[in-house]
Amino acid sequence: MSSALDSRKAPTRQPVSRGWAATASVLRLRELPVLIALSVLVIVTYLINPLFLSAQGVKDLLLNATIIMILAVGQTLLIVTRNIDLSVGSILGLVAFGTGSIFAAMPNIPIIAVFGIGMAFGVVLGAVNGILVTVAKVPALVITLGTLYVFRGLNNAWAGGKQYFAGDRPDAFGGLSVDTFLGFPIITLVAVVVVIAVALYMSGTRAGRDLYAIGSDPEAAKAFGIKVSKRVLLAFLANGALAGLAGVLYASRFNSVGATTGTGMELTVIAAAVVGGVAIFGGSGSVTGAALGALLLTTITSSLTAVRVDKFWQQAIVGILILAAIIIDRLASLRTAKKLRISEARNV
Amino acid sequence: MQQTDSTRSGPLREEPALTLIHAAKTFGPVVALADGTIEILPGEIHALVGENGAGKSTLVKILAGLHRPDSGDFRVAGESVQFRSVGDSKEAKISVIYQEPTLFPDLSVAENIFIGRQPKGRFGLISRSAMVKEAARLFERLGVPIDPTRIAEGLSIADQQIIEIAKAISLDAKVLVMDEPTAALSGVEVDRLFAVARSLREKGTGILFISHRFEEVFELCDRITVMRDGRYIATHQTVDVTVEEIVKEMVGRDIGALFPKTEAEIGGVVLEVEQLSRAGVFKDISFQVRSGEIVALAGLVGAGRTEVARAVFGIDPYDAGAITFEGRRLKARDPQASITAGMGFVPEDRRKQGLVMELSVARNVTLTLRNKFTTAGLINGAAERRAAKHWSERLHVKTGSLEHPVSTLSGGNQQKVVLAKWLATEPRLLIIDEPTRGIDVGTKSEVHRLISELAGRGIAILMISSELPEVLGMADKVLVMREGQITAELNRADANPESIMHAATSTAGGTP
Amino acid sequence: MSETTTPTSNAPAPEAPLTRSPSTTPWRKTRTAKLLASRDAITIYALVAFLIYASISIPRFASPVTTGFLLLDVIPVLLIAMPMTLIIITGEIDLSVASIAGLTSATMGVLWAGGMNIWLVLAVSVLVGVACGMFNGFLIAVLGLPSLAVTIGTLALFRGLALVTIGDNAVANFPKPLTAFFTSKLGATGIPTVMIGVLVVIIAFGVLLHFTPFGRGLFGMGYSKEAAAFVGIKVARSKFWLYVASGAVSALAGIFWTLRYTSARSDNATGLELAVIAAVLLGGVSIFGGKGSILGVLAGVLLIGSLNYALRLGRVSDVVLITVTGLLLILSVVAPSIGSAIRGWRHTRRVRRSTEP
Repeated sequence: MSSALDSRKAPTRQPVSRGWAATASVLRLRELPVLIALSVLVIVTYLINPLFLSAQGVKDLLLNATIIMILAVGQTLLIVTRNIDLSVGSILGLVAFGTGSIFAAMPNIPIIAVFGIGMAFGVVLGAVNGILVTVAKVPALVITLGTLYVFRGLNNAWAGGKQYFAGDRPDAFGGLSVDTFLGFPIITLVAVVVVIAVALYMSGTRAGRDLYAIGSDPEAAKAFGIKVSKRVLLAFLANGALAGLAGVLYASRFNSVGATTGTGMELTVIAAAVVGGVAIFGGSGSVTGAALGALLLTTITSSLTAVRVDKFWQQAIVGILILAAIIIDRLASLRTAKKLRISEARNV
Repeated sequence: MQQTDSTRSGPLREEPALTLIHAAKTFGPVVALADGTIEILPGEIHALVGENGAGKSTLVKILAGLHRPDSGDFRVAGESVQFRSVGDSKEAKISVIYQEPTLFPDLSVAENIFIGRQPKGRFGLISRSAMVKEAARLFERLGVPIDPTRIAEGLSIADQQIIEIAKAISLDAKVLVMDEPTAALSGVEVDRLFAVARSLREKGTGILFISHRFEEVFELCDRITVMRDGRYIATHQTVDVTVEEIVKEMVGRDIGALFPKTEAEIGGVVLEVEQLSRAGVFKDISFQVRSGEIVALAGLVGAGRTEVARAVFGIDPYDAGAITFEGRRLKARDPQASITAGMGFVPEDRRKQGLVMELSVARNVTLTLRNKFTTAGLINGAAERRAAKHWSERLHVKTGSLEHPVSTLSGGNQQKVVLAKWLATEPRLLIIDEPTRGIDVGTKSEVHRLISELAGRGIAILMISSELPEVLGMADKVLVMREGQITAELNRADANPESIMHAATSTAGGTP
Repeated sequence: MSETTTPTSNAPAPEAPLTRSPSTTPWRKTRTAKLLASRDAITIYALVAFLIYASISIPRFASPVTTGFLLLDVIPVLLIAMPMTLIIITGEIDLSVASIAGLTSATMGVLWAGGMNIWLVLAVSVLVGVACGMFNGFLIAVLGLPSLAVTIGTLALFRGLALVTIGDNAVANFPKPLTAFFTSKLGATGIPTVMIGVLVVIIAFGVLLHFTPFGRGLFGMGYSKEAAAFVGIKVARSKFWLYVASGAVSALAGIFWTLRYTSARSDNATGLELAVIAAVLLGGVSIFGGKGSILGVLAGVLLIGSLNYALRLGRVSDVVLITVTGLLLILSVVAPSIGSAIRGWRHTRRVRRSTEP
């Protein structure tokens, strides 16, 4: 039947170089909107209230973003693979309270050891999620909704009504959130290192690219021979470690840690990733974007205070931002699809 | 990356690239493969044919490392192997290309080729530029202009297959398995694929080619292996056999006329489409379908046939024009209105569009009748079950129970369920898109007989088909589409392969 | 026949029919047997078993007081679980329900404090919920945005609007007869009077899901939107109305919450969305869509509610209770996987043994 068709000439297509430029710009687009929004927000706030960008003001902005930023990076590792972790707030709470307990029990323990213990604790909790998701093959949304309750319950049982305050911890530990290096708070520098390291891992290593492949099409990834379960489990462990790190930093940054520390944080974290252009159904998005999203969400709070807008508006604006991010993302992908369809049509 | 070894010794009988002997595989009580046997030589294109359910897919999955055979002897280049994973198969230089390639839609084309083995640059990080350059080089070698930096989402199936082949070449594959690669390709694309396959053969790659289309098998392949009911039947040199002999081995029995078209009385106009247009998709489409008449929409894949049908049925919108059904204007974009008016649509993709695979046979059959068996807005369960039973029995749907999910049925039986659910609505017009795609020869003629019978009972049929024999065998009238327009309207007497193909491909006298 | 280059001896295939049975199960299940072993039935058994156990072994459990408090406690979750079940069956989700309840509560407080007639206040509050649902429905069904992301956004937005509406004030002086009505019981049964209304909602959603063409469509679209569209199911329109229903019912839950605790605050019902989803999933609804029943969900909600209540009676610390919810949820989804894994393992072992010489 096809012999009659031999005479058709090979399709012609647009030259590669143009497509290259177009694709590159589309790829860059994902972080662009959040970067623009952040810049506009900072500039406008600064114009209204110059104190906003004073040394102290910048320091506060960065400090506020640090913890959400680290959590958003971990969350991105999972969302990219089409998974999610709703239990991060509970993990953070457990580790933060654990940090308080360690200092109460061993006031002279080296700070670095506390970080090690906290992250290891996070890894263990992450492993619970990861093993349940990969071994029992149950969607992460359900499992981590369950562990959100379980971990929080454990925290409640452990802490009871007890709280640890900043005074219970060594000054050097609290100092991490006060002291600066080149104008940056130390804990923010920790977050920046985390963002850079994970970003390089995600874009520059085969294992990192596998995560995108898994999220893009899990079945295809399995058929292709990618060790899906292993990679996803590792992502859960990494997310646990980062949530653990965030928990230790939380204990350094905030005055008190107790049974309810970190409650409700999971949605802010996911919101940060979504605002930063991470597709909720996996396959695309970057940790840089997620970190910027975290920065944007926390900066809004400060901005509203700085320009003396009723603080009650803050959460509503966060909601609007999330919706705007999804809509922008949708429009961008519609545009790409349209472009592809037109070039496709030329080939028929 | 690596260059394939192009200096092959002569066409002497050499060590087979791959042999699989007496492989068996069961899933619970289901025997998927009783005797899987195949031998692929380097530098040959070997066809594997058989009805659906003959065990071809299982055999392919064993070669791909997705299934582990329960027993049997499996050798690659003379060495006995036992694949534990897809990775093992890849390591043994076997590449498998499935009917619907499995690319990662969010990743770039280049990354899709090199995923898991991306070239590294500075600091041990992936070098994107090296990857893109390498991909461009592969495409150049294959003579296809695909942009390596674009994302895979939105690529045509043909391009996706080329990317899979590029991947296989870069993996230095010694054996390339293609599972029904041409099912969704247009003529030009098939030719391009064949050219690539032939050049690979010259370079010494052994190719296993699975297809339902005999023209292609006989055009391309050196040897043909036939399977039936999970068993190896025979292997022939292509030059020594005829299509009839192969079909006989596949079916294990003589099948009657493939296209039992019976004369039906053609009555009044049921469907009238006037000047239907949708920007960039189709333009000025006008035609009529009468009761008892089978009208075929022919043309290449991508000519806009399915799109017209979808717009007529109300799945897709249209910009201009009118659709009249039994003298009344049909509402646009409202499939429910079309169904109520008396229209049915058997879509092309059975698994995604025709059926809800996880629902039971009964629920699928009555899904179209949701509004029929209601008293005061509530569904009458007993009447519903009766209808499901009635229609599945009438179409001889083979199933253990009507409560089984329809996904447990064979392809042919699934298609019968689709037909049953539409016939249950007692339609006056049935649109059937690729009625026999992916259906084995036996069920195929059953479906043809059924369509013919429906026309005989006065139902108007609008059939879309890419199989010329089917179009010629079944249709009273053939509408040929090309690039979104109807280029010919042929009566049964005027329709022949040449006239249809001419209308489907040529632009005013043909291109050089 | 022509020359064959057979790599093996071409033994004639024996005519023995292959066991290519189309069924996955070797036996034929009748409809009833299937129903009795279904996922939602298991939740119902668990509920019944627990109620029997608790009545026998926990003093004071089997009493009208229990019925009253237990039901009053679960009503908000029970209400919202109804539309949530339908939404999850279509493969979507609504995380904004608790925020809608909060916004409704805030609206009630402000309007009542502003001197509006109480009946008008209630009507406007329900309309607020409907409007929220329409907003969700527009973004998800009309624009086709992912519901998980959208409702995370509206979760923040609606809660934020609640804050904007009422700030950190609380309004408590609702009409006494009304608040008393919301805690009143039906005679000596201990059943709260409002249960009548709740029951109407449950029956309405149960009938809608299981006995109407609309409900049939929801199951179909939960598995395959495309296949659903081909049989004339209006996917977008159905989803839109489900979100509207979800908004309206969430508003009812918000009104109940406000009047039961006699307090209109912006943070009312915070976090309730996760409790609702946990109960729905425990009730056997598949997070992937397509599977589930109202009866199962009813059992799921009551199981969590009665477990929590029993633990509280048993003087288990209040704060540990949520652990039970979490464990139940995990167990309910993991157990079937473990079961099938064991079956698969046994099967492989059997095959190995039978193929060994």
